[in-house]
Amino acid sequence: MMTSFSHLISDIAVLTRRNLIKYFRLPQLLIFNATLNVVLLLLFNYVFGGAIKTGGVSYIQYFLPGFLAQIVVFGSTQTSVGIAEDLTKGFVDRFRSLPMARPAFLTGRVLSDAVRYVFLLILLVIVGLVMGFRFDNGFLSIIAGLALIVLFGVALTWVGVFIGISVKDVETAQVAGFVWVFPLVFASSLYVPIATMPGWLQAFAKINPVTSMADVTRVLLLGGSVASSLWKILAWDFGLIALFMSLAFRRYNRMA
Amino acid sequence: MNPEDIREKCKEDSVRIEGISKRFGKVQALDGINLVVEPNSVFALLGPNGSGKTTLVRILTTLLKADSGTAQVGGFDVVGMAQKVRSVIGLAGQYPAVDDTLTGRENLEIIGQLYHLGGKKSRARASELLEQFDLVDAASTRAKFYSGGMRRRLDLAATLIAKPLILFLDEPTTGLDPRSRLALWEVIASQAKDCNTVFLTTQYLEEADRLAHKIAIIDEGKIIREGTPGELKKCCGGESRISLTLYDRVNTQAAADALNSLAPGKILSSSETGTVSLPADGGSGLLSEVVRRMDSAGIVLADLSLKQPTLDDVFLAITGHTAEVSPAAGSKIAGEVR
Ligand SMILES: Nc1ncnc2c1ncn2[C@@H]1O[C@H](COP(=O)(O)OP(=O)(O)O)[C@@H](O)[C@H]1O
Ligand SMILES: [Mg+2]
Repeated sequence: MMTSFSHLISDIAVLTRRNLIKYFRLPQLLIFNATLNVVLLLLFNYVFGGAIKTGGVSYIQYFLPGFLAQIVVFGSTQTSVGIAEDLTKGFVDRFRSLPMARPAFLTGRVLSDAVRYVFLLILLVIVGLVMGFRFDNGFLSIIAGLALIVLFGVALTWVGVFIGISVKDVETAQVAGFVWVFPLVFASSLYVPIATMPGWLQAFAKINPVTSMADVTRVLLLGGSVASSLWKILAWDFGLIALFMSLAFRRYNRMA
Repeated sequence: MNPEDIREKCKEDSVRIEGISKRFGKVQALDGINLVVEPNSVFALLGPNGSGKTTLVRILTTLLKADSGTAQVGGFDVVGMAQKVRSVIGLAGQYPAVDDTLTGRENLEIIGQLYHLGGKKSRARASELLEQFDLVDAASTRAKFYSGGMRRRLDLAATLIAKPLILFLDEPTTGLDPRSRLALWEVIASQAKDCNTVFLTTQYLEEADRLAHKIAIIDEGKIIREGTPGELKKCCGGESRISLTLYDRVNTQAAADALNSLAPGKILSSSETGTVSLPADGGSGLLSEVVRRMDSAGIVLADLSLKQPTLDDVFLAITGHTAEVSPAAGSKIAGEVR
């Protein structure tokens, strides 16, 4: 029992490390990820920043917390691609024929993606600070806010994992990984206050987890009352993890 | 596994398959397979594209569940004791699972760690194997820059890292140039010792002939013939033949008659194509004797050649149809069967 637990931990560590080596060695992935986010941040701030009314605060103060949340939403689309790649290139077959712990392959993928999110968050916070963003809350709240973003990323990554092992080829994974995140990102309080949307869209935006995530991050980074959005986002996180983790494992274990 | 256990394992069959069947939708990929593979041997599953080789390997390596039947690998049931099976096998799939972004050494070490050898032992084994497979110079190069032969060798090295008892190789040399193929054959042949077993699949009769102690021929999910390479040669057109193409095909019968005493009852001739052939097991003297007899009969030859038997010849002899023609599965690719 003890050895199987330590095997699980070491197998997850080995695969997490493998994915991270691959990620940091492929410059196009890294550059795509990092630059795209930085460019988006600059564009939104300077193009829309002047036009969107955010109730007194500067646009970067309104926008950056939500933008940090968005990083993990788009980041999770790469999870599907990574899994599909391992499937089509025969790694999944090889791994499944090894005496390694069964949950290690998928869990290693999620953990390495979590590390990737931490890296991107740090990068984007630095760029934000240069652009004039200022934290306005206690240190612990700020850390809690960033940690919640990573947790949200983990939840969405399990969705990405499930999509990745369900579609089985890289091109489909690329598309399937993206289609579901666009409405989530744009029909939320992330770029604009919900009050500016038509009624039916407001209804969607209010239950959208990205809205809760953006709201919570804003409060934790800038101060204010957090309670209701916090419960909502935690419920989303653990709900998504429970559902998609079990779906993904079921499919992985039964895969033909 | 400690040495005691391994010796214990040598008493058992390496692979024992009883009534395994598997269907994918309309395709009956495997149809009641029964096979036994003994330790210390190389076993070849020989069959054309789409005959069910990969499906059987996937079932034996716990990647796929059969619809019916049972299989034991290393004495362990592939379903009930799958994790035990995984600890005694190594699998090199039909396409090398080599990570392009990682170096050769990293590729090996990761697999070693996932076999739970530990960091130190994984590094040591990786070094040994890089040496053995002539990859030392490329050890720190990303696999992306490896040639096809190097990838195959690295893939095979990865499957050997934990010294598996039973090695499964799915078409290990398909797509390789002749030199790389020869090098790989040497390595494969050297694995079947100390109670270790190699279970390989192939489309090449020559490969099975060269490597295997026992061959089973599979066609449309059924084992159609089993035996040693020698037995298959005798029964099923697996010997090389001297083949004559006549300048004028009206002479076909005359040529066959002239040669008949060299291989009574074993002359094949076709007056449609003007070809005559006979088994080439009479040494080099046979060839000059054939030429002499054609000369004295006044028959002019357009071509004279020594033909290595192919899987097609054996199929033709056993089933009456060649390997690529298969009414059951329309998607088979004839071009890949040589
Ligand atoms: N996952 C699958 N889904 C549907 N059909 C499959 C699947 N795997 C194999 N087949 C079919 O089963 C048959 C045997 O395939 P396979 O075992 O790959 O043959 P081989 O390895 O001898 O070329 C083929 O007709 C193939 O198309
Ligand atoms: Mg195959």
